[in-house]
Amino acid sequence: MTRTPQPASTLAQKLIARAAGQAYVAPGDIVNCKVDLAMFHDSSGPRRLKPMLEELGASIWDKSRVVLVMDHYVPEQDDDSRRIVRIARDWARDQHLPHVYDSIGICHVVVPQKGHIRPGMFCVGGDSHSPTGGAFGAYMFGIGSTEMLGVMVTGELWVRVPQTLRMQWHHKLMPGVTAKDMMLHMIGRFGMNGGQYQAVEFCGTAVQALSMQERMTLSNMSAEMGAQVGLIAPDAITLEWLAAAGVPGLDAAGWHSDAGGDAITHAFDASLLEPQVAAPHSPANTRGVQEYSDIPVNVAYIGACTGAKLDDLRAAARLLRGNRVSKGVRLMVAPASLQDQSAAESEGIMQVLLQAGAEVLPTACGACAGYGGAMPDGATVIATTARNFKGRMGSATTQIYLASPYTVAASALRGCISDPRELLA
Amino acid sequence: MRTHKVWTFGADIDTDALAPGAYMKLGIDGIAPHCLEAIRPEFAATVRPGDVIAAGPNFGIGSSREQAAAALVQLGVTAVVAPSFSGLFFRNAFNLGLLLLTTPEAEQLQEAELVTLDLQAMTVTTAAGVCLECEPIPGFLLDMVAAGGLMNQLRKKLGKRP
Repeated sequence: MTRTPQPASTLAQKLIARAAGQAYVAPGDIVNCKVDLAMFHDSSGPRRLKPMLEELGASIWDKSRVVLVMDHYVPEQDDDSRRIVRIARDWARDQHLPHVYDSIGICHVVVPQKGHIRPGMFCVGGDSHSPTGGAFGAYMFGIGSTEMLGVMVTGELWVRVPQTLRMQWHHKLMPGVTAKDMMLHMIGRFGMNGGQYQAVEFCGTAVQALSMQERMTLSNMSAEMGAQVGLIAPDAITLEWLAAAGVPGLDAAGWHSDAGGDAITHAFDASLLEPQVAAPHSPANTRGVQEYSDIPVNVAYIGACTGAKLDDLRAAARLLRGNRVSKGVRLMVAPASLQDQSAAESEGIMQVLLQAGAEVLPTACGACAGYGGAMPDGATVIATTARNFKGRMGSATTQIYLASPYTVAASALRGCISDPRELLA
Repeated sequence: MRTHKVWTFGADIDTDALAPGAYMKLGIDGIAPHCLEAIRPEFAATVRPGDVIAAGPNFGIGSSREQAAAALVQLGVTAVVAPSFSGLFFRNAFNLGLLLLTTPEAEQLQEAELVTLDLQAMTVTTAAGVCLECEPIPGFLLDMVAAGGLMNQLRKKLGKRP
């Protein structure tokens, strides 16, 4: 296919131009895009969409492009959650939705694992961590339920073509340092709205060296930087991962930013990055782990789409193998998906975690959003999750520190916030 | 011109403060009484229809839950004035008919003072005569607020009575 020469474009511009059916879009343009995929969950989806669609007498524009994941209120703990999940199940059945994933994991992990997100797509999700899809070179972002209703009815959505902020990570991460540390560092530097609802693009040798799931962690926490999307140009690692997820033979060619595209670049040296910790009550309240060392913790939580994928569980197990958590520390592990949990079982990782004293919780959003298994009053928690807002995990008196799975595991072993590199040596 | 009483808040007011997770399983009438209770416990019970919020930067950061904006609509808040908003909250607010005005000088507004809003001139003016200029808003978003949100626009488009 030959293209008419166009001005140099960023990946974000190319993705939006395709979805808008235009040869070229410029930053600042407001365009209407056709939606390739709309994802929502039990909390943001059916219980809100069903009554609004019924009131309008409208039907879903294209059910093959809709994915429903039950992950927020499962397993049901009370009458309200039973009611919410029942609405979702009944509606999925009545509507004959072809893509429904019930209680098998968190949407941002399950949807790519089922092969729904591919390079070049324009996707929306009824959840703020929807930028996770950007790790696959898809333009994916979160929207609210009323806007999702608009998508259900029209299949379209307006977007203002963003500026691109390129986060270029040179060199290579040191052992015990992860994508989570990169993100906490960037959020600390730029702030929770530093992304200004523009497109962030992660690039450079340290990003290219990351596994697919580590890349997903970067894109996931673009939400905490206030970006609309967190994009990574797809490459051989992306295509290999998608082939294993049942989507072989894809072509990623062209889905990258052109040289000379309109972007602001920030450079980082990955080899100098140390493990990062965000203190209460903001992900932007980030410093090197040494600054918080010796703060006692009561709970170590490995969970959420951000921090309980297979690679996260592997990282925690490297430190926990053959050890037991410190007396008085509760280690809670809620794997991000059943697929990740079974893979971890066959690798012996779940056994390592159990022998270290972990309680294994359901593969759901759980305590991260205070929806299930909320943390006790006054507890100090170190978590692999994405947010530590006051009251986020259920109690306003809970102190939540955010860190990588390595740092959370190291802190569980020592009973206080600890540098994992000391235990990896 | 109608006057609006100002409620002031600081920076980084997040969605979990506007619509706390513990009440998310309820409908908006169950969530709204807890809106911002972690910061100003008296707010939800004493705010009056037509009041406006003046806040610091990054209002609405966090979750995609539109109940954060819907709770303010439910309580009758007419507008939020702030130096910056979360982009996701910004979309949700207009979709629900909540006006957001962006001005670097939002924090000049004082607690309980009366202001007027002019959407032609895009200004907020205090009783003392201080006039804050706000960033322009695309016409289709102002239309959405005037219609009372996207749902009302869809009702009209699909021939349903609002």
